[in-house]
Amino acid sequence: MVNIIEVNETNKMIEQEKLDVRTITLGISLLDCCDSDLDALNQKIYHKITRLAKNLVSTGREIEREYGIPIVNRRISVTPVALVAGNACKSSGDFVSVAKTLDKAAADTGVNFIGGYSSIVSKGMTPTDERLICSIPLALSSTERVCSSVNIGSTKTGINMDAVKLMGEIIRDTAEATKDNNSLGCAKLVVLCNAPDDNPFMAGAFHGVSEADAVINVGVSGPGVVKHAIEGVRGENFEVLCETVKKTAFKVTRVGQLVAQVASERLAIPFGIVDLSLAPTPSVGDSVAEILEEMGLESVGAPGTTAALALLNDQVKKGGVMASSFVGGLSGAFIPVSEDQGMIDAVNRGSLTLEKLEAMTCVCSVGLDMIAIPGNTPASTISGIIADEAAIGMINQKTTAVRLIPVIGKDVGDMVEFGGLLGYAPVQQVNKFSCSDFINRGGRIPPPIHSFRN
Amino acid sequence: MSFNIITGITHKMKKTIITVVGKDTVGIIAKVCTYLAENQVNVEDISQTIVQGYFNMMMIVDTELSEKPFSEMVTDLENLGIEIGVRIRCQREDIFTNMHRI
Repeated sequence: MVNIIEVNETNKMIEQEKLDVRTITLGISLLDCCDSDLDALNQKIYHKITRLAKNLVSTGREIEREYGIPIVNRRISVTPVALVAGNACKSSGDFVSVAKTLDKAAADTGVNFIGGYSSIVSKGMTPTDERLICSIPLALSSTERVCSSVNIGSTKTGINMDAVKLMGEIIRDTAEATKDNNSLGCAKLVVLCNAPDDNPFMAGAFHGVSEADAVINVGVSGPGVVKHAIEGVRGENFEVLCETVKKTAFKVTRVGQLVAQVASERLAIPFGIVDLSLAPTPSVGDSVAEILEEMGLESVGAPGTTAALALLNDQVKKGGVMASSFVGGLSGAFIPVSEDQGMIDAVNRGSLTLEKLEAMTCVCSVGLDMIAIPGNTPASTISGIIADEAAIGMINQKTTAVRLIPVIGKDVGDMVEFGGLLGYAPVQQVNKFSCSDFINRGGRIPPPIHSFRN
Repeated sequence: MSFNIITGITHKMKKTIITVVGKDTVGIIAKVCTYLAENQVNVEDISQTIVQGYFNMMMIVDTELSEKPFSEMVTDLENLGIEIGVRIRCQREDIFTNMHRI
């Protein structure tokens, strides 16, 4: 039987250290919605989503009340739209109509984001993929809740450099299309390498083709809890530090596992995975950067940062895998800039640069995330950054992602507000030297030697 | 043709944990217990400490016989807490057992 000390510990985590479940994401397969008629396709998609997600928001609230644990977001991910809508969408405009259907379904079910306006082009692009990708700027500027992602490479396939080149241009076009809103469209667009099929976190969430008809995936959080726990072992050696992070990650993940099971039972939809990620928010005390600083760094970005993040990421996984029967998604530490007060402060202090962030992405679960860059950054430079991140993912057999926001009309040092969980960010310096001849080569970068395991 | 219509899902009743934290005052336990008794909630265990004038209590209760929906009870107890000037939380036990027991 639980005792008062344990009960108080849990409630303190929730009330003072901002422990929460970041998202319950309902993954829905749209493969059975395929139709050659655009109207019929849109209707089928709308009905399937609203039927399955009807009780998602209310069930989330119910669990939140009964267990006393905040569940911050309820979201939906769907099969990559390029796979579903190819037959009906003859133009980019047709694809935008599907984005609008997704947006309406999301609004009517009460979720704040719906992911899966996506295409998987790791090795090559079909004309359908290209049409969808070209429709992204308009789709994201004419919808509110739709998130888009494009997977441009994997360890197994190498990197599709034609898609990398195209995505640099699409990111710029999306920034232009949403320039009246601080280029917010780019905050809902992520370019991935080795994208997982079961990621519950936006903007990269989609419901992969390897998944069942519908699944519940849960993303946990808890940077504040980890930070508080390691405050108690200041000055102790790395063994003690690692053990503390691991035990804390176990506790945090157990809550996610419980919520996932209860949600799955009540919605009568199978449980998929728990994503162990430490996901920060812009509020103070909910920051991954603060954990790294608590480990002994004066400011994130200082020498030692990559090692500290590697340690954190690994211990979070080790604690988490024991706590859940199925772990998946991105699972690790997130290092978005605009969504983490400690990262924002570090950029403002001058200790954290884009290059250091890139190094950090080699050892954590995502990539260059929510970084504002000057609005006049050339498309080829953005493509170069995407290629660098994809190379890190491909060689290290991990997911990497790029979510850059070239904020039209803003330059280095300006502050940009995105609102809500997306936070705010100072515009960061990008290397001024050109890579356009490299990007313009076209074709594919072959997969690394260690991908041939058959 | 007849259909089996599912009218409700019963959960295997588990224990509920009620915690009360706040400035110590006369009659906190009495008021909480009165509410529980009125709603057929059985108190199985109480532990309580007072640290520097702050009241800290945990009750393990069984809500199986209560007809009140769980989320309503959560709200009622929260409001009762506001009335007395303390923080009352009512949570299903699993969140604690899952976190602290392997």
